[in-house]
Amino acid sequence: MPNTQQLQDLTIQVRRDILRMVHKVNSGHPGGSLGCTEFFVALYQEIMDRKATFSMDGIGEDLFFLSNGHISPVFYSVLARSGYFPVEELNTFRLIDSRLQGHPTTHEGLPGVRVASGSLGQGFSVAIGAAETKKLNKEKHIVYSLHGDGELQEGQNWEGIMYAAANNVDNIISTIDLNGQQIDGSTDDVLPMGSLRAKFEAFGWVVVDIEEGNSIEAILSGMAKAKSLTGQGKPVCVLLKTVMGNGVDFMMHTHAWHGKAPNDEQLEIGLAQNAETLGDY
Amino acid sequence: MKTYTNTGNKDTRSGFGAGLAELGKTNENVVALCADLIGSLKMDEFKTNHPERFFQVGIAEANMIGLAAGMTIGGKIPFTGTFANFSTGRVYDQIRQSVAYSGKNVKICASHAGLTLGEDGATHQILEDIGLMKMLPGMTVINTCDFNQTKAATIAIAKHQGPVYLRFGRPKVANFTPENQTFEIGKAVQLTEGNDVTIVATGHLVWEALEAAKQLNDKGISAEVINIHTIKPLDTDAILNSVKKTRCIVTAEEHNYLGGLGESVARVLSQQHPTPQEFIATNDTFGESGTPAQLMAKYGLNADAIVKATEKVLTRK
Repeated sequence: MPNTQQLQDLTIQVRRDILRMVHKVNSGHPGGSLGCTEFFVALYQEIMDRKATFSMDGIGEDLFFLSNGHISPVFYSVLARSGYFPVEELNTFRLIDSRLQGHPTTHEGLPGVRVASGSLGQGFSVAIGAAETKKLNKEKHIVYSLHGDGELQEGQNWEGIMYAAANNVDNIISTIDLNGQQIDGSTDDVLPMGSLRAKFEAFGWVVVDIEEGNSIEAILSGMAKAKSLTGQGKPVCVLLKTVMGNGVDFMMHTHAWHGKAPNDEQLEIGLAQNAETLGDY
Repeated sequence: MKTYTNTGNKDTRSGFGAGLAELGKTNENVVALCADLIGSLKMDEFKTNHPERFFQVGIAEANMIGLAAGMTIGGKIPFTGTFANFSTGRVYDQIRQSVAYSGKNVKICASHAGLTLGEDGATHQILEDIGLMKMLPGMTVINTCDFNQTKAATIAIAKHQGPVYLRFGRPKVANFTPENQTFEIGKAVQLTEGNDVTIVATGHLVWEALEAAKQLNDKGISAEVINIHTIKPLDTDAILNSVKKTRCIVTAEEHNYLGGLGESVARVLSQQHPTPQEFIATNDTFGESGTPAQLMAKYGLNADAIVKATEKVLTRK
């Protein structure tokens, strides 16, 4: 059983990392990062079977692909705090000569990243391709991926979603960050997508809902259920209902902090709401 | 002058199919993906012999490129197959981010490039793909001239670590390079020796350049024909060594002059050895329906056009 207190402590520390990273360079995407913090912590600390050292090929371990690359702050923080690179390197986020580019990339060789993302809608195809290779290599490990809900407006997703079901790619668990927000407003205002459950089911996927996507317990039990559904001929989709900006009250339930950094005063308020647990970088 | 024998017309796409079939037997990491054009790309043999390593993705080229990028993770060497237009322009951002920027070992194999696709017309006749692909950092760009060379190149790119764009075509054309040749990426092949003009050609225009060299020889003009099968990285030494002797050059390609081989050559020459140059290429235009021979004649991409361009460039020495 996981030590939930440790996971909670890490979650709070990751929130602090996110706020401090985007504040320092006055750019980046805190809203979606905060909304997915519990998911990343649970994924890297409890859910994935992963090796301590990074190898691009990831043979004999679970893989993760981040499709909505703009939430790089949470990805970088959790990678660093999971041991892939020194946490001090978070200081270099978005700075010149850094491995921590604005959007994640393999180009500078940052351990933990297996493909560049940022231009949206490409992650399904890449993750499904990696899952196909796992099958060719006769591996039992799972490929995980995360996608924004607004991102699903890109057509390439649906090419991949159709392909995976048609080809029984049942070793993939793709999670949709269902926060209902995108840059220009709510997804319902920008381009209503209707029922994602109905869409994924119509495309031949099994769908698991996690209603409390900012609860570590709910994530762990929902993802365990998702894992139990793998290997049965169908790809698995998790609809993770999150609150954008979670854990920082003035950033919650709004798209305003999608791609905006807090100022000095706002940073202090945000940090005060998330008292240091494991030590700042 | 050295002459070459056409051992019988064959399509370069069949060279790709033969090379892929060979790779299927010799390299178990090679996988192949196709977007509903198995017959056109001549991928049938690989599919039949290795069904577990063949992936039919349907009419979904963007997904095909992403799948291929993902498949490299875990050690596979994916070869994607569709028409050149759908291999490049249609999926440019997928190639840019998921393949090139991510440094993935994907081989993008593109048939029906250029005007010689023929009757289908301009929607399918891409003349911009070399430019699109050579602009991507880290991308190797190859345009082969005949069946034998396309087969050899297909086998060779599996050994090269990194993304490759391999361009070939639809029509049956002269097959004149050696069977079972060794293909060296980035190494130009000098076909004839000459003193008066350098003719640097790629793809289907290489045979036309040889035909032009014969006509020129009859007129007392000695042409040095170089087959530049690799546009990036460009064999600059081969070009510079030749023009230092001939002092003028004609470049020939089945592509827009904007972004093509000719521009790559012009950049090298302007920086290192300014030399009069004429371009055999399409002139910032789309193609149209017609037979391959009609189109190549209308758009000035044949031996006659190369002869005229040579006579012009000789006056500029």
